[in-house]
Amino acid sequence: MTTAHEMNASPPRPAPQLPPRDSRWVRAGRHPLVWPLVTLALILAVNASLNPGLWHLEWRDGHLYGSLVDIVNRAAPLAIVALGLTLVIATRGIDISVGAVVAISGAVAALMIGGDLKIVDGQAVHISHWPLSVALLAALVAAAACGAWNGLLVARAGLQPIIATLIMMLAGRGAAQLLTGGQIITIYYPPYFVIGNGFFLGVPVAALVALAVWLGMTLLLDRSALGLFIQAIGINPRAARVAGVRARTITICVYAFCGLCAGVAGLIVSSNVKSADGNNAGVLMELDAILAVTVGGTLLTGGRFTLAGTVIGALIIQTLTSTIYAIGVPPEINLVVKAVVVFAVMLLQSPEFRRQVRALAFRGAPR
Amino acid sequence: MLNAQAISKRFGAVTVLDDVRLHLRAGEVHALMGQNGAGKSTLIKILTGVYPVTAGTLTLDGAPIAPASPLDSQKLGISTVYQEVNLCPNLTVAENIFAGRFPRRGWAGLKAIDGPRMVRETRALLTRLNLDIDPTRTLGTLPVAVQQLVAIARALSVDAKVLILDEPTSSLDDSEVESLFAVLRGLRSSGLAVLFVTHFLDQVYAISDRITVLRNGRFVGEWTPAQLPAPALVAAMVGRDVALASAQAVDAQVAARPAAATATPRLSLRHFGAERRVHPLDLDLRDGEVVGVAGLLGSGRTELARLMFGLDAADSGTLAVQGQTVRFTHPAQAVRLGLAFCPEERKSDGIVGELSVRENIVLALQARTGLWPCIRPARQRELAQKYIDLLGIRAADSDMPIALLSGGNQQKALLARWLATAPRVLILDEPTRGIDVAAKQELMNEVMRLAREGMSVLFISSEIDEVLRISDRIVVMRDRRKAGELARGATEAEVMNLICEPAAA
Repeated sequence: MTTAHEMNASPPRPAPQLPPRDSRWVRAGRHPLVWPLVTLALILAVNASLNPGLWHLEWRDGHLYGSLVDIVNRAAPLAIVALGLTLVIATRGIDISVGAVVAISGAVAALMIGGDLKIVDGQAVHISHWPLSVALLAALVAAAACGAWNGLLVARAGLQPIIATLIMMLAGRGAAQLLTGGQIITIYYPPYFVIGNGFFLGVPVAALVALAVWLGMTLLLDRSALGLFIQAIGINPRAARVAGVRARTITICVYAFCGLCAGVAGLIVSSNVKSADGNNAGVLMELDAILAVTVGGTLLTGGRFTLAGTVIGALIIQTLTSTIYAIGVPPEINLVVKAVVVFAVMLLQSPEFRRQVRALAFRGAPR
Repeated sequence: MLNAQAISKRFGAVTVLDDVRLHLRAGEVHALMGQNGAGKSTLIKILTGVYPVTAGTLTLDGAPIAPASPLDSQKLGISTVYQEVNLCPNLTVAENIFAGRFPRRGWAGLKAIDGPRMVRETRALLTRLNLDIDPTRTLGTLPVAVQQLVAIARALSVDAKVLILDEPTSSLDDSEVESLFAVLRGLRSSGLAVLFVTHFLDQVYAISDRITVLRNGRFVGEWTPAQLPAPALVAAMVGRDVALASAQAVDAQVAARPAAATATPRLSLRHFGAERRVHPLDLDLRDGEVVGVAGLLGSGRTELARLMFGLDAADSGTLAVQGQTVRFTHPAQAVRLGLAFCPEERKSDGIVGELSVRENIVLALQARTGLWPCIRPARQRELAQKYIDLLGIRAADSDMPIALLSGGNQQKALLARWLATAPRVLILDEPTRGIDVAAKQELMNEVMRLAREGMSVLFISSEIDEVLRISDRIVVMRDRRKAGELARGATEAEVMNLICEPAAA
């Protein structure tokens, strides 16, 4: 190769004129994760001032206990759904069917596990209809298939993502209600409850699952070119296609993965409440997930995305919810309070708004 | 009339304009010249209120102005047509022209848009431009050239004192350019000041009364065309006589090159075409051969390239790579067999704007490699730097978003994207459109070098002299058909004959 030669042969480039360097704080303020972290810290601070026990962590019966652990544990399903959704949003899409898929996954698992009380050798034992692993696999396959269907509608049939997934949102909810017969199906099989209630090495299993999803995705995106392709598709799908990127295949896979994530979340949710509720499981979860992605700093217009931001976003949403409960806001104005806080968070994160505030603050000051 | 003094503009670390001046007088057509990245577009964006100045003053009719937005500057009487058409393709022609200031009718509380009046006035405006199109047609269904003229009509429809045209002719054919010039002459005599940016030297001398040249963000000088003959103008833009020397180098290379080998063609089309896109045609492309494709806009040049690259599906005939018949249903298949395609529409089909120059350059190579293994960042940076140096891409560093580069540098980066895949067949669709003289020469030099190394190149261009200079053979397209094929040494007249006159072929 002639690389080295050519690089040597090119004339030395003149050193660019450097402007006065911004202070370290100004530069740090531009990091995309700063504002989500500031927001999380603010909400935690408000919570802590009203609820002094927030920081209290305790080791009891070999488990970690405390409000923070509770928040992380409850944020886990939302974080998993939001992580899958982040990739969809990065391709300039959206998936509003994740809540319905959460319900489907829970319903499939509940039906296949069921749980019968049997007396074996004089002892009461719960037996599942199907082996646990088969039931979990079936639930996840069903969820991924729902996602893949969304992807097909978007990438092959050319439907607008919000319409394609709106169909699944309705059809999926209907399917979940059909599966459960409109009832709440109670599960009688303790091994299943580990996913949503168990502890491993003292840490909630649900939080560990979320952590595993996050780390797995980070590793995948770091080791493969998936991130580059997803961003290229999100920013300019036509150019990506001309460059030879398999845009359709990748889009379908991304939606399928989003469905899979919703499936995992559905298992956690149904395991946590030891039942499957086709009517209410995952209701409005899609909106919380979209909120988590956005609060985390990923733009709905596609392209650049941040997984870490989404995880922080999910923690922000859950901390907010927990705070509202903890400080005893009356249930009927719950959503209003949440809306006001989210509104403030969004304004805080908008560079345009910050610029205007700064301009207002400095107006009248001598130039 | 419009006077810009000591204008400077900085974006962060980069000084884009440094002490630039521009003086537009009423009733003149003023050409603004400079290479890509000289600062022409930035200066225009300052005049039109898109960017604020870092330093300097603007005056209009002697009064200082500081337009804060394009709307602001429009109200002041400065109207602009940008390089790329900035209209809404899903609206009608009339709606595009009146967007934002629809004529109203009815009383105060009930002001409906006056549709008939809008159509009527649009028709009158278009007649001024010698355009015969239906104002109620959706803009997106019209050819790009006509869209460009509609953009000019829109600019004229506000009562402008100053009309700025940023490369209005790059997508127009000769007769359209001539009708545009006729309009400009009319506007000039009515006392309008016209600022005209172009890369076509002959157009500068055809229309302009004064020339201002920028280089590297600095003011070089202001001349009348009589004071500044073409070679001097090029020298002023480039700063040295590089362009001409390099043009001669291309010619010398063409002359010195041996005739292409007569082995199995690298790429062979037989009766290859698609309904409503390209009539079936035959074409061979051998290693080390440059085949030029000439023809007017809409003659099927781009459609042919898209078919060959698998972007559209062919429905008749065969395409063979190295004798092997293949069917492409996705560009990825073409890329795997060593094809590469730089599309005509750089902005919509080429660059991925918010991604860095580096990511844009490695995109095709990574797409061919697949998801796995990922090209490591260090290797990406090395690759990008190699091509930045090789092609002379002017970028502060390879991590800046490609959208911030000037048009010619974006084009070079796209070429780099494909060179990184080491293609065997390179299809270039209008690679020199909208880029300056020196960059054109560099690009043609590069094409020659690649052909010498054995690459076969399909060179599509509407500039016949370029096609003539660079090609071993020239395929002429007309009405979506192959009108004929000419050997090296053909004259411009022969090509023109094939392009226009079916009988003369």
